[in-house]
This record gives sequence, structure tokens and C-alpha cells, in this order.
Amino acid sequence: MHDATQINTYPQKQGFRVRLPRLYGTRMLFSEILSIAFLAVLIVLALLSPWIVPFNPTEADILSNLLSPSLSSEFGGPPHLLGTDVLGRDVFSGIVYGTRVSLIVALAAVLGAGVLGTIIGLIAGYARGWTDEVVMRLVDVQLAFPFILLAIMIMYILGPGLLNIIIVLIVAKWPIYARVARAEAMRHASSDFVLAATSMGAGHGRIIFRHILPNALTPLIVVAAFAVPQMIMYEAALSFLGLGLPPDQISWGSMLAAGRSVLEQAWWVATFPGLAIMGTILSINILGEALRKRVGPSSDID
Amino acid sequence: MSWFILRRTLSAGVVIFGVVTVIFVLSRLIGDPIALMIQPGMTVADIEELRALWNLDAPIPEQFIRFLGSALTGDFGLSIWQGQPALGLVLESLPATLLLTSAALLGALLLALVLGSLAAIKRDSMLDRTLMSLTLFGQSVPNFWLALMLVLVVSVHFHLLPPAGYGTGSHLVLPAIALGLFPLARLTRLVRAELLDVLSQDYIRTARSKGIAPWLILVRHCLRNIAISLVTVIAVDFGTLMGGAVVTETIFAWPGMGRLMIDAISHRDFPIMQAGAFVVALVVVLTSLIADITYAIINPRIRYA
Repeated sequence: MHDATQINTYPQKQGFRVRLPRLYGTRMLFSEILSIAFLAVLIVLALLSPWIVPFNPTEADILSNLLSPSLSSEFGGPPHLLGTDVLGRDVFSGIVYGTRVSLIVALAAVLGAGVLGTIIGLIAGYARGWTDEVVMRLVDVQLAFPFILLAIMIMYILGPGLLNIIIVLIVAKWPIYARVARAEAMRHASSDFVLAATSMGAGHGRIIFRHILPNALTPLIVVAAFAVPQMIMYEAALSFLGLGLPPDQISWGSMLAAGRSVLEQAWWVATFPGLAIMGTILSINILGEALRKRVGPSSDID
Repeated sequence: MSWFILRRTLSAGVVIFGVVTVIFVLSRLIGDPIALMIQPGMTVADIEELRALWNLDAPIPEQFIRFLGSALTGDFGLSIWQGQPALGLVLESLPATLLLTSAALLGALLLALVLGSLAAIKRDSMLDRTLMSLTLFGQSVPNFWLALMLVLVVSVHFHLLPPAGYGTGSHLVLPAIALGLFPLARLTRLVRAELLDVLSQDYIRTARSKGIAPWLILVRHCLRNIAISLVTVIAVDFGTLMGGAVVTETIFAWPGMGRLMIDAISHRDFPIMQAGAFVVALVVVLTSLIADITYAIINPRIRYA
């Protein structure tokens, strides 16, 4: 983890001979390149999982249950690189398939919440008055519900499923974008370029989406970058609690839950999916941090 | 000041009203509670009678007003699974959750003040860089996985602390660490960033030139000035932790609200879920109210008109 110790050394000299490429004019760090590589591998795994996995990750094989990780195979055939769980399902194959759920949920939820929150926030900040008042009270109510509790109640109503997880995450996370977009809209609404557009007869819709939105995009993108790992973590938490996906679908969170029950006999079942979650989140956090440092200071994001 | 508290309390009331409304809507979406009570041999008239008993035959607006009324008096109905008032069950489990979350947050805050100050004072040193990388790690570990790994290493392998349970201080250590790591990482970054900001101010240079001991400058001049942003973030984190505690409590068999809620789901016990959501929302709203009032105490310049 030598590279990771250099996260805050942007203005400093690089210890490496290799000249790393630039991003927004600042030379990239080794840890940032590594994060990009990690995520690239994840995306490839997600796209090609059926052709990569040595085993069907949902197929039980009770004869080879709780095998420890090894490079050689007991019964012939491919080895269980990261061992098997209590039903004999291959952990490595599960992790590879799990990338799909994590990435799809995270991207769809961030996109959905981002678009919804941005539209609501821009309109509230531009219109002001009672629209703004109603929206902000809604945001307050939403933020008073801790995510897990809201998710529990909604998942209880909707039932498990990929689309339902995405809906829950969108419902839970739009207020953050609404807040940022509202602040940006209020900042720009009185600026000269909006005044100029108004004087030329531009309608409200045109002003909001053609003039204010492009100027509000940068902070929103930073918020979105930090929201992706959060979504991955939440999906894993819901699946861990058995509220996420139906039992026949594989996700990192449900693998962790399976590992929890055999923690004492088989450490590998819970350890490796967790490492996958952590590596993914860490990579995105490093890149989010890289983005935040380069496109300027932004408010505290939670 | 009193005017401000009044106005702030009113808006907190609006939020609570909103929360109760959302709970009502969700409870109507969850399904017909009577369907769960129907037993073999009941006639349609019996079922209608049950319906009337729970006011479910009234028009929705009337149901809503009755629901508001009973919620205000703390009546969220009887738990389907335990047969006792749902709110009472939730309140019984609240202290355990508050103990866990405050232990996690307090520990995180104290440690973050030390680590964040060290990182800020030794800016760009090896120590600073190492600490900042560690905080990125800390923010990337899912708390439920950390909990499992702690149990695996500390309890299963080294037998140092009990893997689950409640009662003694040794039971509190692992869940508090699992829950507190994320806020620790976040607060450490925040303390560092805010301190760096304060350290470049003129009044710090003045204090230095007067020959005040560095640690006194840090405590009296710096930490006081970053207190406001710390209070803000802690107030937000407290609510997040109440949610995060759901998973942590399940893993450590901690008899708090989170575990109660999860048990309630498996028993399809929606009155407990509603009462739980109400109590947590109340705690969150009260926390942010207290935070707002604390601002004025910390910083005498803030005078809400």
C-alpha cells in the first residue's frame, strides 16, 4: 500500500521515474491509476462474467461444501480459488457475478437520484417562494428517516428485487442532489447571464436547463462521485439483511450473509466478498477525492 | 434567542408531522392488517367487525386523523408478534441503541480530535499522509463486514472479547468499533481540514507571538473555532449511526432498536416498524434542534433574530 500513502501529495514531487498522465492539468498519482485499473477490471468482469467464471455461482454442490481456498482441485476440474460456501457454491464465481449487481445498482441509483434530485432542486431554487418551501420541508422529512429504516419499510412493501433496490436508493438519496442543485440555482438565478437570457425572452424551462444546469453540473458530479460507493455499501447492507435480492440471485451482500453463519468454520466465505466491496469502494473514493481536489473545493459531502 | 428556539421547534414539529404522514402512507401500502388476523371459520360479518374495531372502515381522511391522534398519544397499535404496545417495545430497546451509538460517536470524536490535530500540525509529513490514507480506508470499509472481521479475529481466533451479547463493557467494545470507524475517519478528515484553515488565521499568529504554549493555542484558540462544524457533522452522523446500528446490532445480538426492527420484519410486525421509524425520526429531529441551539452557545456571535 505504498502508493496509498501519497494521496495528499499533489503539489509534491513524484518518487516514480514513470511520468504519469495528467488529469485536469495535475499529474495523476499512482494510487489513482491503480484505482482506475481496479475499476476497469471490475467492469470487464461484470460484462464477461458468464465466460470468466469456472462455476455457476448459484449452483449448489453439496459434495464440495466449505472447501478452503486452493489452487488445486480435489475432484478434477477447475480449482475453487477462493473456496466454497456451505452449499458448495464457488466464492470466486460469486464475486465475479456480484460485480454485476453492485455496478448496475450503484450506477442506476446514482443516475436516477441525481436526475430526480437535480430537477427538483433546480426548480425549487429558481422558483423560490412556496415551491421552495415545500421541497425543502420534504427534504427535511426525508433526511429525518435514517436510510436503513426507510429502506426496510419500502422493501417490505415492494418485496426483494433488483429494480426495487434501485427505487429505494433513489427515494432515499435524491435530497442530497436537490440541496446542492437548489443552492446552485439560487446562486446563478440572479447572475448576469440569466438576466441576459431573460431579457432575450427565454422561458423558465430554457433558463433552468440550458443556462443554470450547465453551470451547476460540476458540484453535482462531485456529489455523485461520492454517492456511488455509498450506494454499493447500501445495496450490500440490504442484501446482507436479506432485504435486497431474492435468494436465488447472487450479490456481495448476500454472500457476506452466507459467510456470517459459517464464520467460525470457514473464514473465507465472508472475507473475500467483503474485500471486493472494500476494494471497489476505496477505488471510487480515491477517484472521487482526485476529482474533488482538481475541480475545486466543494462543500462537505455526506 | 427564545424566538429562535420557538421558530426552530415549530419547523421541527412540521418535520415530525411529515414523518408521521409518511408512516401512515407506508402503513396503508404495507397491506391490510386484518388479513393477518383472519382465522378459519370467521364470517364476513366478523371480519367487518374487526375492521370497524381498527377504524379501517372509515374514510381515509378520518383514518388519518385518528392515526395522528393516537400517534400523538404514543399509540401505534399492538405488536402483532408480541401482543404488547409497539411504542413501549421500541422505547424499551432505545437505551441500548443510544448507548452503542453514543459510545461509537464519542470514541470517534475524541480520537479524531487527536489524530486530526496531529495531521494538521504535521501537515504533509509522513504521519499526515499515512493518517489521511488510513481515513480513506476507514471510509471504505462496510461496517457490517468490519463487524464480521472483528468477530473472526478478536473473538474466534484470539478469544479476547465476547463475539456477541450485552451487559458488560467488554460487550460494547467490538460493536462500538465497528460502528465508530466510519465517523472516526470522516471526523479526522474534518478536524484536519478545519484546523488547517484556522491555523493560517491572524489571531493564531498573534497568539504565537505572545508566547502562548502551542498546546494552549490548539485547545483554546483552534479547537473552539472548529467546534461549530464539528457539531454540525456530529448531528448528521448521529442519525446515520442510528440507521447503521441496525446492521451492527443484528450481528452482535445487541438488544437495541435495530435488532427489534429486523425481528419485526421477519414476523411481519408493522406496528413495531412504524413506532421504530417514528422514534428514530424524533431522535434525529431533536438532535438537529439541539445542534442549532448549541451553535449559539459555542459562538456568542451567532444571535438568531
